[in-house]
Amino acid sequence: MKLLEINNLRKDFDGLEVIKDISISVEEGQVVAIIGPSGSGKSTLLRCATMLEIADGGEIKYMDDYLVKTDENGKEVYADRETAKRIRSNFGLVFQNFNLFPHFSVIRNITEAPIYIAKQNKSDAKKTAFDLLKKMGLEDKADAYPCQLSGGQQQRVSIARALALNPKILFFDEPTSALDPELTGDILKVIRDLAKEKMTMVIVTHEMNFAKEVADYIVFMDDGVIVEQGKAQDVINNPQSERLQNFLSRVSN
Amino acid sequence: MDFISVSQQLAIGMITTIELFLLTLILSLPLGLGVAFCRMSKNGLVRGITKIYISIMRGTPLMLQLLVVYFGPYLIFGITISSSYRFPAALIAFVINYAAYFAEIYRGGIESMEVGQYEAAQVLGFSKTQTFFKIILPQVIKRILPSITNEIITLVKDTSLAYAIAVTEMFTLAKQIAASEATMMPYFVAGVFYYIFNFIVAFGMEKVEEKFGYYTNK
Repeated sequence: MKLLEINNLRKDFDGLEVIKDISISVEEGQVVAIIGPSGSGKSTLLRCATMLEIADGGEIKYMDDYLVKTDENGKEVYADRETAKRIRSNFGLVFQNFNLFPHFSVIRNITEAPIYIAKQNKSDAKKTAFDLLKKMGLEDKADAYPCQLSGGQQQRVSIARALALNPKILFFDEPTSALDPELTGDILKVIRDLAKEKMTMVIVTHEMNFAKEVADYIVFMDDGVIVEQGKAQDVINNPQSERLQNFLSRVSN
Repeated sequence: MDFISVSQQLAIGMITTIELFLLTLILSLPLGLGVAFCRMSKNGLVRGITKIYISIMRGTPLMLQLLVVYFGPYLIFGITISSSYRFPAALIAFVINYAAYFAEIYRGGIESMEVGQYEAAQVLGFSKTQTFFKIILPQVIKRILPSITNEIITLVKDTSLAYAIAVTEMFTLAKQIAASEATMMPYFVAGVFYYIFNFIVAFGMEKVEEKFGYYTNK
């Protein structure tokens, strides 16, 4: 089943086209890695899909719901409030710099949205949160505040926060880029475990080896377009375009 | 005249001073937040008018503002003013003046918030109102507390300006007694009163800051 479908997406910032005619789709259970040099538009693509940016053209569709589509006059039409709300409950997003709420304890960071947005009862939400923390190896940190945690721990809390709402698809925007190299392993392990559980994920990343290992499908973007996409092994081991070949040789050095 | 008897004579004024202080705070702190919203409004007209209001409040003496609020109704509209209007006039002048200062402090705090906090809240499904009151405002308060403390301490001392429109607050009484009895003692008592008042304010605000000290922004 297709969870997400993006067709002919366009986005520009003050006349500068950051995304030019991009189409991808994500199947249930699939792990898609989006790679590419900085400024290639991969983060912007993720931000359009998660409603943090407004698309300038094309379509974004979550299962049967259109987040945005182009009407007969070529105008972009966004989903109404109710639909947008339904769509939002389908996905979670893990940010590069965590964006935990510093004034909330770890447990409250995780339970606040389930309790007040998803209207779960408090004890259920807490139980879910503790289970997730256990999974993240942080069960003893429930009452700590984000400032008392390392970057890697904070990122794992933010993954737990996203998972607590039970999303069908989880986006990661360079989840290890803000971390010290020795801490990235923890995050990659968590993502690897989620992949084993068939969590659908779209990961913007710089970690090429990781992308190759954990992703089923790799999308290589450069200059606002998809240059190559395909099965992870094929894309990494057998790059067709010169741009991807150059990129791979640069990042492997 | 000794310290105790002067203090007794000034006691009624001290109560008025404390009333003026507390009422000004209770009204201007929330009003300032509203003004800050207007100052950051998407509507250019609202933003412009608010900017002018803040600029006048900060750019002219508070004493002048007191006189305008008190005498304005009579001098401009010919409305007879009674002495019972003195305290409300002082309160209005203080509130609109301090709301302007608080608004700028709120605005500074709100604008210093990382955009990531809004984005994280949005992705989790929080509405704009929920995001503001649950996520943004508590953090803003922590950030602006030292500036708010400064303003509150200034307010304690500024209440003495109400003597300009003869509100019978403590300073007005002190001045009268000093003039009629030809003694420095009332000024001395007044000084001690303001100092202790501010000492308590500073102590209280320190406690409040400690309450917010359970986390740091990292």
